[in-house]
Amino acid sequence: MSGMASPVIFWVLAVVTVGAGLAVALTRNIVHSALFLVLTFIGTAGFFMLLEADFLAAVQILIYAGGVSVLLVFGVMLTRHGNIKLSNPLNRYKITGGIVAALLLLLTGGLILYSEWEVSPEALREQESTVSAIAVSMLSEYVIPFEAAALLLLVALIGAVLLAKGVKHSK
Amino acid sequence: MLEQFTSIGIFIFVGLGFAVSSLLVAWIVRPKRPNPLKMSTYECGLETRGRTWIQFKVSYFLYALVFLVFDVEVVFLIPWAVEFLKLPWIAFIEMFIFIGILVVGLWYVWKEGALEWK
Repeated sequence: MSGMASPVIFWVLAVVTVGAGLAVALTRNIVHSALFLVLTFIGTAGFFMLLEADFLAAVQILIYAGGVSVLLVFGVMLTRHGNIKLSNPLNRYKITGGIVAALLLLLTGGLILYSEWEVSPEALREQESTVSAIAVSMLSEYVIPFEAAALLLLVALIGAVLLAKGVKHSK
Repeated sequence: MLEQFTSIGIFIFVGLGFAVSSLLVAWIVRPKRPNPLKMSTYECGLETRGRTWIQFKVSYFLYALVFLVFDVEVVFLIPWAVEFLKLPWIAFIEMFIFIGILVVGLWYVWKEGALEWK
């Protein structure tokens, strides 16, 4: 982190991300919610950049802002709805929602406070990019999870086709 | 590395500033004389009939999902491609197994006719 710019960037990003996150829940039009979700994803990518995790930032934009949001908008298009302006209504679970949110805040806050934020000596070394380290560990030490990811993607693809087309019954 | 992102940040701000400032200048200098025809959504072309928010075909979703799967594949390909010359030869085979598994998925989608537009 260099100089005075980082805290300023952090707070600008934080306000944009949290504001967009609130807008996702509070806007009445579900298409607007989806667009605000894209803004939240991009804000998160900004945080990854601030943490010098360049590959994760690129992934965040490529997969979440680029892919998942398209999927989400198509999902909205598939559903049948009456008035689009009232497609994302507020519900009445105020107390339940409050309890769940408070518990989640307690859990994550506790984890953050009681974690020992050890900085590994690797981080101090001046690195060009995180991509090379990711490539080496992905294709040597973690090769089984890497191939399992391919299987997971295959299952997602086949599952989606089966859900959309239905199972063909052989005669 | 943060310096490299600074140039991206400047790029974003100049891009946003250009769009916002040109819209702002247009808003200031343009005459404001609205009439119903000018305010209509379609100045030319056909008027829409019935509701515009209708249910779309499931094919759109399948296309998006196939796109997403290969989007994720590209994310795995990038580190491999960047470090290709430094990686051992076994990494080449590992990546081909990875792509091979996904090609099976593509073959299945193709076979089921999910990519055909009917």
